[in-house]
Amino acid sequence: MMDWLNLGLAALILGLGIWVVLAREAFSAVVGFISYGLLLTLVWVQLSGVDVALTEAAIGGGLTGALLIGAASRLKRTENAVSAEQPGTALKWLAAGLSAAVTVVLAVCVLALPEPAPTRAAEVAANIDSTGVGNPITAVLLAFRAMDTLLEAVVLVFALIGVWSLTPDRFWAGRPGNRQTADPNGILAYIASTLPPIGIVVGLYIFWIGADYPGGKFQGATILAAMWLLVIMAGLVDTPTISRVPLRMALVLGPLVFIGIGFLGVVSAGAFLAYPIDYAKPLILTIEFALMPTLTLILGLLLLGAPQRAVES
Amino acid sequence: MSTLLDAWTVLAVCAGAFFFMAGTAGLLRFPNSLARLHALTKADNLGLCLVMLGLLPQVTSLLDGIKLFCIWILLLLSGASVSQLVARSMRLGEEARR
Repeated sequence: MMDWLNLGLAALILGLGIWVVLAREAFSAVVGFISYGLLLTLVWVQLSGVDVALTEAAIGGGLTGALLIGAASRLKRTENAVSAEQPGTALKWLAAGLSAAVTVVLAVCVLALPEPAPTRAAEVAANIDSTGVGNPITAVLLAFRAMDTLLEAVVLVFALIGVWSLTPDRFWAGRPGNRQTADPNGILAYIASTLPPIGIVVGLYIFWIGADYPGGKFQGATILAAMWLLVIMAGLVDTPTISRVPLRMALVLGPLVFIGIGFLGVVSAGAFLAYPIDYAKPLILTIEFALMPTLTLILGLLLLGAPQRAVES
Repeated sequence: MSTLLDAWTVLAVCAGAFFFMAGTAGLLRFPNSLARLHALTKADNLGLCLVMLGLLPQVTSLLDGIKLFCIWILLLLSGASVSQLVARSMRLGEEARR
Protein backbone atom coordinates (compact mmCIF):
# COMPACT_ATOMS: atom_id res chain seq x y z
CA MET A 1 0.00 0.00 0.00
CA MET A 2 2.75 2.42 1.06
CA ASP A 3 4.84 1.39 -1.95
CA TRP A 4 2.05 2.39 -4.30
CA LEU A 5 1.78 5.75 -2.56
CA ASN A 6 5.54 6.32 -2.93
CA LEU A 7 5.54 5.22 -6.56
CA GLY A 8 2.63 7.51 -7.30
CA LEU A 9 4.41 10.39 -5.56
CA ALA A 10 7.60 9.77 -7.54
CA ALA A 11 5.66 9.58 -10.82
CA LEU A 12 3.81 12.81 -10.01
CA ILE A 13 7.06 14.63 -9.19
CA LEU A 14 8.75 13.45 -12.38
CA GLY A 15 5.73 14.40 -14.47
CA LEU A 16 5.44 17.81 -12.84
CA GLY A 17 9.19 18.38 -13.27
CA ILE A 18 8.94 17.69 -17.00
CA TRP A 19 5.88 19.93 -17.22
CA VAL A 20 7.70 22.81 -15.49
CA VAL A 21 10.61 22.51 -17.93
CA LEU A 22 8.33 22.36 -20.97
CA ALA A 23 5.85 25.07 -19.86
CA ARG A 24 5.66 27.89 -22.41
CA GLU A 25 4.81 30.74 -20.04
CA ALA A 26 7.03 31.68 -17.13
CA PHE A 27 3.99 32.09 -14.89
CA SER A 28 2.68 28.55 -15.47
CA ALA A 29 6.16 27.19 -14.88
CA VAL A 30 6.25 29.02 -11.53
CA VAL A 31 2.85 27.64 -10.51
CA GLY A 32 4.11 24.17 -11.44
CA PHE A 33 7.27 24.75 -9.41
CA ILE A 34 5.25 25.68 -6.31
CA SER A 35 3.18 22.49 -6.57
CA TYR A 36 6.46 20.65 -7.10
CA GLY A 37 7.69 22.07 -3.79
CA LEU A 38 4.54 20.87 -2.01
CA LEU A 39 4.95 17.36 -3.46
CA LEU A 40 8.58 17.39 -2.35
CA THR A 41 7.34 18.24 1.15
CA LEU A 42 5.29 15.03 1.10
CA VAL A 43 8.38 13.09 0.01
CA TRP A 44 10.36 14.44 2.96
CA VAL A 45 7.52 13.46 5.31
CA GLN A 46 7.61 9.95 3.81
CA LEU A 47 11.38 9.86 4.47
CA SER A 48 10.68 10.90 8.11
CA GLY A 49 12.57 14.16 7.53
CA VAL A 50 9.90 16.35 9.08
CA ASP A 51 12.36 19.21 9.73
CA VAL A 52 13.33 19.29 6.08
CA ALA A 53 9.67 18.96 5.06
CA LEU A 54 8.79 22.04 7.11
CA THR A 55 11.65 24.01 5.57
CA GLU A 56 10.74 22.84 2.06
CA ALA A 57 7.12 23.91 2.54
CA ALA A 58 8.08 27.29 4.05
CA ILE A 59 11.14 28.27 2.02
CA GLY A 60 11.12 26.02 -1.07
CA GLY A 61 7.43 26.22 -1.85
CA GLY A 62 6.27 29.39 -0.11
CA LEU A 63 9.06 31.96 -0.12
CA THR A 64 10.82 30.92 -3.32
CA GLY A 65 7.42 30.57 -4.99
CA ALA A 66 6.48 34.13 -4.03
CA LEU A 67 9.88 35.41 -5.24
CA LEU A 68 9.46 33.61 -8.57
CA ILE A 69 5.90 34.91 -9.04
CA GLY A 70 7.29 38.43 -8.62
CA ALA A 71 10.07 37.69 -11.10
CA ALA A 72 7.64 36.15 -13.62
CA SER A 73 5.30 39.15 -13.53
CA ARG A 74 8.27 41.49 -14.05
CA LEU A 75 9.43 39.45 -17.05
CA LYS A 76 5.97 39.42 -18.61
CA ARG A 77 6.64 42.47 -20.80
CA THR A 78 9.68 40.95 -22.46
CA GLU A 79 8.43 37.36 -22.58
CA ASN A 80 6.98 37.46 -26.11
CA ALA A 81 10.17 38.95 -27.53
CA VAL A 82 12.27 36.26 -25.86
CA SER A 83 10.12 33.33 -27.01
CA ALA A 84 10.10 34.74 -30.56
CA GLU A 85 13.85 34.16 -30.74
CA GLN A 86 14.26 30.50 -31.73
CA PRO A 87 17.57 28.93 -30.76
CA GLY A 88 19.35 27.01 -33.54
CA THR A 89 19.20 23.22 -33.83
CA ALA A 90 22.83 22.84 -32.78
CA LEU A 91 22.23 24.88 -29.63
CA LYS A 92 19.15 22.80 -28.76
CA TRP A 93 21.07 19.55 -29.14
CA LEU A 94 23.96 20.94 -27.11
CA ALA A 95 21.59 21.91 -24.28
CA ALA A 96 19.87 18.50 -24.39
CA GLY A 97 23.24 16.72 -24.41
CA LEU A 98 24.57 18.72 -21.47
CA SER A 99 21.41 18.13 -19.40
CA ALA A 100 21.51 14.41 -20.17
CA ALA A 101 25.19 14.26 -19.21
CA VAL A 102 24.52 15.96 -15.86
CA THR A 103 21.64 13.55 -15.19
CA VAL A 104 23.84 10.54 -16.01
CA VAL A 105 26.64 11.76 -13.74
CA LEU A 106 24.18 12.32 -10.90
CA ALA A 107 22.63 8.89 -11.39
CA VAL A 108 26.06 7.21 -11.41
CA CYS A 109 27.03 9.05 -8.22
CA VAL A 110 23.83 8.03 -6.42
CA LEU A 111 24.14 4.40 -7.57
CA ALA A 112 27.81 4.30 -6.53
CA LEU A 113 27.04 5.30 -2.93
CA PRO A 114 28.20 2.58 -0.51
CA GLU A 115 25.53 0.51 1.20
CA PRO A 116 24.74 1.43 3.97
CA ALA A 117 25.32 5.10 3.18
CA PRO A 118 28.05 6.82 5.22
CA THR A 119 26.41 8.44 8.22
CA ARG A 120 27.38 10.15 11.42
CA ALA A 121 23.92 9.77 12.90
CA ALA A 122 25.22 7.38 15.57
CA GLU A 123 27.83 9.93 16.72
CA VAL A 124 25.18 12.64 16.90
CA ALA A 125 22.90 10.36 18.90
CA ALA A 126 25.74 9.51 21.28
CA ASN A 127 26.73 13.13 21.90
CA ILE A 128 23.38 14.91 21.77
CA ASP A 129 23.10 15.06 25.58
CA SER A 130 26.09 17.39 25.77
CA THR A 131 24.14 20.07 23.85
CA GLY A 132 21.03 19.98 26.04
CA VAL A 133 18.64 20.11 23.08
CA GLY A 134 16.38 17.19 22.21
CA ASN A 135 16.02 17.59 18.45
CA PRO A 136 19.06 16.04 16.70
CA ILE A 137 18.62 18.36 13.68
CA THR A 138 18.88 21.43 15.92
CA ALA A 139 21.87 19.88 17.68
CA VAL A 140 23.64 19.40 14.34
CA LEU A 141 22.70 22.84 13.00
CA LEU A 142 23.65 24.84 16.09
CA ALA A 143 26.26 22.77 17.89
CA PHE A 144 28.04 20.17 15.77
CA ARG A 145 27.91 22.13 12.50
CA ALA A 146 27.27 25.63 13.85
CA MET A 147 29.71 27.09 11.33
CA ASP A 148 27.39 26.13 8.43
CA THR A 149 24.44 27.82 10.08
CA LEU A 150 26.49 30.96 10.79
CA LEU A 151 27.58 31.18 7.16
CA GLU A 152 23.97 30.62 6.06
CA ALA A 153 22.80 33.56 8.14
CA VAL A 154 25.61 35.75 6.80
CA VAL A 155 24.84 34.72 3.21
CA LEU A 156 21.26 35.93 3.68
CA VAL A 157 22.51 39.36 4.78
CA PHE A 158 24.71 39.45 1.66
CA ALA A 159 21.75 38.44 -0.50
CA LEU A 160 19.76 41.37 0.86
CA ILE A 161 22.69 43.75 0.21
CA GLY A 162 22.76 42.34 -3.34
CA VAL A 163 19.06 43.10 -3.82
CA TRP A 164 19.42 46.58 -2.35
CA SER A 165 22.41 47.34 -4.58
CA LEU A 166 20.04 47.23 -7.57
CA THR A 167 18.32 50.39 -6.28
CA PRO A 168 18.37 53.36 -8.68
CA ASP A 169 20.33 56.27 -7.16
CA ARG A 170 17.33 58.56 -6.76
CA PHE A 171 15.45 56.01 -4.64
CA TRP A 172 18.40 55.00 -2.47
CA ALA A 173 17.46 54.82 1.21
CA GLY A 174 13.80 54.95 0.21
CA ARG A 175 11.01 52.42 0.63
CA PRO A 176 10.65 49.17 -1.34
CA GLY A 177 7.47 48.47 -3.30
CA ASN A 178 4.48 50.65 -4.10
CA ARG A 179 2.30 52.02 -1.33
CA GLN A 180 -0.52 49.50 -1.13
CA THR A 181 -4.03 50.79 -0.74
CA ALA A 182 -6.61 48.11 -0.16
CA ASP A 183 -10.25 48.76 0.69
CA PRO A 184 -10.22 49.22 4.50
CA ASN A 185 -13.52 47.31 4.74
CA GLY A 186 -12.45 44.71 2.17
CA ILE A 187 -11.57 41.09 2.70
CA LEU A 188 -7.81 41.66 2.46
CA ALA A 189 -7.85 44.20 5.31
CA TYR A 190 -10.02 41.80 7.28
CA ILE A 191 -7.73 38.82 6.86
CA ALA A 192 -4.66 41.03 7.47
CA SER A 193 -6.03 42.01 10.86
CA THR A 194 -7.40 38.55 11.80
CA LEU A 195 -4.60 36.23 10.74
CA PRO A 196 -1.39 37.87 12.12
CA PRO A 197 -2.17 37.27 15.84
CA ILE A 198 -2.65 33.56 15.07
CA GLY A 199 0.33 33.51 12.70
CA ILE A 200 2.64 35.13 15.24
CA VAL A 201 1.69 32.54 17.87
CA VAL A 202 2.18 29.68 15.39
CA GLY A 203 5.51 31.13 14.19
CA LEU A 204 6.86 31.53 17.72
CA TYR A 205 5.57 28.04 18.65
CA ILE A 206 7.38 26.45 15.70
CA PHE A 207 10.52 28.39 16.65
CA TRP A 208 10.32 27.39 20.33
CA ILE A 209 9.45 23.74 19.74
CA GLY A 210 12.48 23.46 17.42
CA ALA A 211 14.76 22.76 20.40
CA ASP A 212 13.14 19.38 21.00
CA TYR A 213 10.85 18.58 18.06
CA PRO A 214 10.78 19.36 14.33
CA GLY A 215 10.67 23.11 13.85
CA GLY A 216 13.11 25.95 14.26
CA LYS A 217 14.01 29.52 13.54
CA PHE A 218 13.94 29.34 9.74
CA GLN A 219 10.45 27.88 9.55
CA GLY A 220 9.17 30.16 12.31
CA ALA A 221 10.77 33.23 10.73
CA THR A 222 9.15 32.44 7.38
CA ILE A 223 5.70 32.41 9.00
CA LEU A 224 6.40 35.69 10.81
CA ALA A 225 7.70 37.26 7.58
CA ALA A 226 4.55 36.09 5.76
CA MET A 227 2.38 37.78 8.41
CA TRP A 228 4.39 41.00 8.05
CA LEU A 229 4.01 40.93 4.25
CA LEU A 230 0.27 40.29 4.58
CA VAL A 231 -0.13 43.41 6.71
CA ILE A 232 1.93 45.40 4.17
CA MET A 233 -0.09 44.07 1.21
CA ALA A 234 -3.32 45.11 2.87
CA GLY A 235 -1.92 48.64 3.21
CA LEU A 236 -2.22 48.60 7.01
CA VAL A 237 1.45 49.53 7.38
CA ASP A 238 3.97 50.87 4.87
CA THR A 239 7.22 49.16 3.91
CA PRO A 240 10.18 50.29 6.03
CA THR A 241 12.65 52.97 4.95
CA ILE A 242 15.83 50.99 4.40
CA SER A 243 18.08 53.77 5.72
CA ARG A 244 16.70 53.53 9.25
CA VAL A 245 19.45 52.67 11.70
CA PRO A 246 17.31 50.43 14.00
CA LEU A 247 16.32 48.34 10.99
CA ARG A 248 19.91 47.89 9.89
CA MET A 249 20.96 47.08 13.46
CA ALA A 250 18.30 44.34 13.59
CA LEU A 251 19.57 42.98 10.25
CA VAL A 252 23.08 42.37 11.58
CA LEU A 253 22.15 41.58 15.18
CA GLY A 254 21.68 37.83 14.64
CA PRO A 255 24.99 37.11 12.88
CA LEU A 256 26.85 39.43 15.29
CA VAL A 257 25.50 37.63 18.37
CA PHE A 258 26.37 34.31 16.70
CA ILE A 259 29.95 35.44 15.97
CA GLY A 260 30.27 36.94 19.46
CA ILE A 261 29.26 33.67 21.11
CA GLY A 262 31.65 31.91 18.72
CA PHE A 263 34.57 34.00 19.98
CA LEU A 264 33.40 33.48 23.54
CA GLY A 265 33.91 29.78 22.82
CA VAL A 266 37.58 30.45 22.00
CA VAL A 267 38.08 31.78 25.53
CA SER A 268 35.80 29.47 27.51
CA ALA A 269 35.86 26.17 25.58
CA GLY A 270 39.01 26.35 23.52
CA ALA A 271 37.61 26.59 19.98
CA PHE A 272 35.61 28.95 17.78
CA LEU A 273 31.89 28.17 18.16
CA ALA A 274 32.52 25.63 20.92
CA TYR A 275 30.16 25.93 23.88
CA PRO A 276 31.10 25.28 27.51
CA ILE A 277 29.21 22.11 28.32
CA ASP A 278 27.11 23.53 31.19
CA TYR A 279 25.92 26.51 29.16
CA ALA A 280 25.38 24.81 25.80
CA LYS A 281 21.59 25.00 25.77
CA PRO A 282 21.25 28.64 26.98
CA LEU A 283 23.87 29.73 24.44
CA ILE A 284 22.11 27.86 21.61
CA LEU A 285 18.81 29.45 22.60
CA THR A 286 20.42 32.90 22.71
CA ILE A 287 21.69 32.44 19.16
CA GLU A 288 18.28 31.25 17.99
CA PHE A 289 16.55 34.20 19.68
CA ALA A 290 18.96 36.68 18.11
CA LEU A 291 18.69 35.11 14.66
CA MET A 292 14.89 35.03 14.65
CA PRO A 293 14.20 38.80 14.10
CA THR A 294 17.10 39.04 11.65
CA LEU A 295 15.78 36.16 9.56
CA THR A 296 12.20 37.46 9.65
CA LEU A 297 13.29 40.90 8.45
CA ILE A 298 15.65 39.56 5.78
CA LEU A 299 13.10 37.11 4.34
CA GLY A 300 10.45 39.84 4.22
CA LEU A 301 12.79 42.47 2.75
CA LEU A 302 14.10 40.02 0.12
CA LEU A 303 10.53 39.63 -1.12
CA LEU A 304 9.84 43.37 -1.04
CA GLY A 305 12.87 43.93 -3.28
CA ALA A 306 14.91 47.03 -4.02
CA PRO A 307 13.53 50.45 -3.00
CA GLN A 308 11.24 52.02 -5.62
CA ARG A 309 10.24 55.25 -3.88
CA ALA A 310 12.29 58.12 -2.60
CA VAL A 311 11.90 58.79 1.07
CA GLU A 312 9.26 61.48 1.52
CA SER A 313 10.55 64.50 3.40
CA MET B 1 -17.13 0.81 20.42
CA SER B 2 -13.73 1.15 18.75
CA THR B 3 -14.98 -0.77 15.70
CA LEU B 4 -17.82 1.69 15.44
CA LEU B 5 -15.42 4.64 15.66
CA ASP B 6 -13.15 3.07 13.04
CA ALA B 7 -16.13 2.60 10.75
CA TRP B 8 -17.01 6.26 11.23
CA THR B 9 -13.43 7.25 10.34
CA VAL B 10 -13.46 5.18 7.14
CA LEU B 11 -16.88 6.52 6.18
CA ALA B 12 -16.13 10.19 6.85
CA VAL B 13 -12.65 10.20 5.27
CA CYS B 14 -14.03 8.44 2.18
CA ALA B 15 -16.81 11.01 1.95
CA GLY B 16 -14.17 13.76 2.32
CA ALA B 17 -12.09 12.19 -0.45
CA PHE B 18 -15.20 12.11 -2.63
CA PHE B 19 -15.67 15.86 -2.19
CA PHE B 20 -12.02 16.46 -3.06
CA MET B 21 -12.49 14.37 -6.23
CA ALA B 22 -15.67 16.23 -7.11
CA GLY B 23 -13.99 19.56 -6.45
CA THR B 24 -11.05 18.63 -8.67
CA ALA B 25 -13.36 17.45 -11.44
CA GLY B 26 -15.22 20.76 -11.17
CA LEU B 27 -11.98 22.72 -11.22
CA LEU B 28 -10.98 21.01 -14.44
CA ARG B 29 -14.35 20.87 -16.21
CA PHE B 30 -16.49 23.86 -15.14
CA PRO B 31 -17.02 26.50 -17.85
CA ASN B 32 -16.02 29.77 -16.13
CA SER B 33 -13.70 30.95 -13.41
CA LEU B 34 -16.39 31.75 -10.84
CA ALA B 35 -17.85 28.24 -11.12
CA ARG B 36 -14.37 26.75 -10.85
CA LEU B 37 -13.73 28.78 -7.68
CA HIS B 38 -17.01 27.48 -6.30
CA ALA B 39 -15.93 23.88 -6.95
CA LEU B 40 -12.57 24.51 -5.31
CA THR B 41 -14.01 25.97 -2.12
CA LYS B 42 -16.41 23.03 -1.82
CA ALA B 43 -13.44 20.67 -1.77
CA ASP B 44 -11.69 22.82 0.83
CA ASN B 45 -14.64 23.34 3.14
CA LEU B 46 -16.63 20.13 3.00
CA GLY B 47 -13.88 17.72 1.99
CA LEU B 48 -11.46 18.83 4.67
CA CYS B 49 -14.24 19.12 7.25
CA LEU B 50 -15.23 15.49 6.67
CA VAL B 51 -11.61 14.29 6.75
CA MET B 52 -11.10 16.21 10.00
CA LEU B 53 -14.29 14.85 11.57
CA GLY B 54 -13.30 11.36 10.47
CA LEU B 55 -9.85 11.63 12.05
CA LEU B 56 -11.11 13.12 15.33
CA PRO B 57 -11.94 9.72 16.98
CA GLN B 58 -8.39 8.52 16.17
CA VAL B 59 -6.48 11.22 18.08
CA THR B 60 -4.86 10.22 21.35
CA SER B 61 -5.02 13.54 23.18
CA LEU B 62 -7.42 16.44 23.41
CA LEU B 63 -4.68 18.83 22.26
CA ASP B 64 -4.25 16.94 18.96
CA GLY B 65 -8.00 17.14 18.40
CA ILE B 66 -7.96 20.89 18.98
CA LYS B 67 -5.01 21.21 16.56
CA LEU B 68 -6.95 19.32 13.86
CA PHE B 69 -9.94 21.57 14.38
CA CYS B 70 -7.76 24.71 14.21
CA ILE B 71 -6.20 23.54 10.95
CA TRP B 72 -9.67 23.25 9.42
CA ILE B 73 -10.74 26.69 10.71
CA LEU B 74 -7.55 28.33 9.42
CA LEU B 75 -8.02 26.70 6.02
CA LEU B 76 -11.62 27.91 5.92
CA LEU B 77 -10.47 31.43 6.70
CA SER B 78 -7.68 31.52 4.13
CA GLY B 79 -9.64 29.64 1.44
CA ALA B 80 -12.64 31.94 1.72
CA SER B 81 -10.49 35.09 1.67
CA VAL B 82 -8.33 33.97 -1.25
CA SER B 83 -11.32 33.01 -3.39
CA GLN B 84 -12.88 36.43 -2.66
CA LEU B 85 -9.64 38.10 -3.76
CA VAL B 86 -9.41 35.99 -6.93
CA ALA B 87 -13.05 36.74 -7.77
CA ARG B 88 -12.51 40.46 -7.19
CA SER B 89 -9.44 40.69 -9.41
CA MET B 90 -11.39 38.77 -12.05
CA ARG B 91 -14.25 41.30 -11.90
CA LEU B 92 -11.83 44.24 -12.03
CA GLY B 93 -10.18 42.66 -15.08
CA GLU B 94 -13.53 42.31 -16.84
CA GLU B 95 -14.48 45.92 -16.10
CA ALA B 96 -11.13 47.10 -17.42
CA ARG B 97 -11.65 45.20 -20.67
CA ARG B 98 -15.08 46.69 -21.29
